[in-house]
Amino acid sequence: MTAPPAIQAEGLIKVFGSNRAVDGVDLTVGSGTVYGLLGPNGAGKTTVVKMLATLLRPDGGEAQVFGRDVRREADHVRELISLTGQYASVDEDLTGTENLVLLGRLLGAGKRAARNRSAQLLEAFGLTEAADRQVKQYSGGMRRRIDIAASILSTPKLLFLDEPTTGLDPRSRNQVWEIVRAVVAQGTTVLLTTQYLDEADQLASRIAVIDHGTVIAEGTKGELKASVGLGTVHVRLRDADRRAEAAEVLERVLGSEVTLDADPVAVTARIGERDTGGPGAVVEGTPVTELAAEQAALALTELARAGIVVDTFSLGQPSLDEVFLALTDHPASDRSVDAEATEQGAAA
Amino acid sequence: MTTTERGTDTTAISAEALERGFDSSRLSGVLSATERPPRPSGLSSSITFGWRAVLKIKHVPEQLFDVTLFPIMMTLMFTYLFGGALAGSTTEYLQYFLPGILVASIAMITMYTGVAVNTDIAKGVFDRFRTLPMWRPAPMVGYLLGDLFRYVIASVVIVVMGLILGYRPAGGVVGVLAGVLVLLVFCFAFSWVWTMFGLLLRSEKSVMGVSMMVLMPLTFLSSVYVDPSTMPGWLQAFVKVNPVTHVADAVRATMSGVWDGSALLWVAVWTVALTVVFGTWTMRLYNRT
Repeated sequence: MTAPPAIQAEGLIKVFGSNRAVDGVDLTVGSGTVYGLLGPNGAGKTTVVKMLATLLRPDGGEAQVFGRDVRREADHVRELISLTGQYASVDEDLTGTENLVLLGRLLGAGKRAARNRSAQLLEAFGLTEAADRQVKQYSGGMRRRIDIAASILSTPKLLFLDEPTTGLDPRSRNQVWEIVRAVVAQGTTVLLTTQYLDEADQLASRIAVIDHGTVIAEGTKGELKASVGLGTVHVRLRDADRRAEAAEVLERVLGSEVTLDADPVAVTARIGERDTGGPGAVVEGTPVTELAAEQAALALTELARAGIVVDTFSLGQPSLDEVFLALTDHPASDRSVDAEATEQGAAA
Repeated sequence: MTTTERGTDTTAISAEALERGFDSSRLSGVLSATERPPRPSGLSSSITFGWRAVLKIKHVPEQLFDVTLFPIMMTLMFTYLFGGALAGSTTEYLQYFLPGILVASIAMITMYTGVAVNTDIAKGVFDRFRTLPMWRPAPMVGYLLGDLFRYVIASVVIVVMGLILGYRPAGGVVGVLAGVLVLLVFCFAFSWVWTMFGLLLRSEKSVMGVSMMVLMPLTFLSSVYVDPSTMPGWLQAFVKVNPVTHVADAVRATMSGVWDGSALLWVAVWTVALTVVFGTWTMRLYNRT
């Protein structure tokens, strides 16, 4: 018998007045994984999370958390989940210790147990010195840490993290990432929402790109990236005057669009609009990079042949940023990554 | 209890120093699967929320102004304003008026329950509470329990004030305590009106506005300040069905050592009715999403 997935949602709908905040979202999140919901502000990410966390009743569709219906078995779902909301989900007027003891008591711990657990978590999260200060005096990073600490007072099976690093400085963001990795290593499933592509890239194994309340792409990171090609070649030329010429060469060789960067000597070109190879290549990864490298080498050779001197050169995998722009900026060519992968499969 | 001192709360924290204390390698130790303990009882959760309300008072003691200075002001103001005119002397008036102003003042400060609910609900912490597996009304009952604490403070302040000014209750200590108890029971039920408005209305300001619109007529058009028999008939009709009148009559009688069965029965009816109607309504709004 197979265990039910951590989250199984079909056709989730939430309407606020005339705004269809969530308009038919399907999600399947495997147990023990980190799943990223990626989208801009107002895409409907938080609304999806609120429905799955029993805070909002879906207007349509079905959702189960570990097989428990979020509407009919909400109380049971609450025993399995923890929510770290977008805004501080601890009481800012109380101290760190008071917050954790309060929540520990509400989860059923005795006074002493709640107090010990609180001290233990504050210590592990580097907040011992701030334990007796009101949370409103915490820095953004500390606030996020106490928030997450509050969510793992007793280890949840599913943790919702709604934009956990929005507004944090890079170091605090890295700390949050480390915490998330540690939590996942313990077997907790995480549903993460983020507007940051590198965050989803860093943490999530599968990603759904969500925009205007619908999932516009879903897949593994590799699949998503493959959907916009094999990668990008970035070159910096010695001579800015020859940039137009270089762009022409790259366009001819790679057969894809070329971007002239703000830097007057830089050109970026995508690889893979042409001869991208089969989906086997896409999924397994290595052949993709080899193909990309092959094409990049060809491009460099052509540039050298044309007598254009290249100072620096880099070959990169497409960023999720590019995935996102490719998917949202061109609504006409919207299609799911899965569909594209299938097409590629057929071609192979 | 925590050992936090008020003084340290305002000290600026060196964020740098505190950030340094974080080390992810220590995390795995505390994450080791801790089973959730059995669910606490509804009463236990409610008391925990009541404790939260008391902690908030500890951190922001200024919020006690409305249960200390406000009742003192009300008592002094009306005693000296009306005393001479209505009863010939302030001492004479106090014997009638003090239980009334006790009821009116505490009925007025019940509205802060709504304000507290309204400001809290907008914060992220409420989402966390609502995702906890616990007895659903616990956060709301917690507010009311925390507020009972405030009402006790206000009652003590007013009774002491009255005794200083010359109030001499015939019911003695027992009568006064029983009177306060009747009032607290009623206010616990009455506060559900405000939890309902706190959840229903969009802003703190509108909660305040509606509260005043409800409370002004209820407290003034009652038996708190003057004997209703001096009022025109149509007004008496309202005053006679006003719950504040029933509570004021019941508390006044009890404090004077008199058993007013009819008033006490009315208070009991109001207590049950308010709890059932507004408690249910509050929980519907709380669960509405």
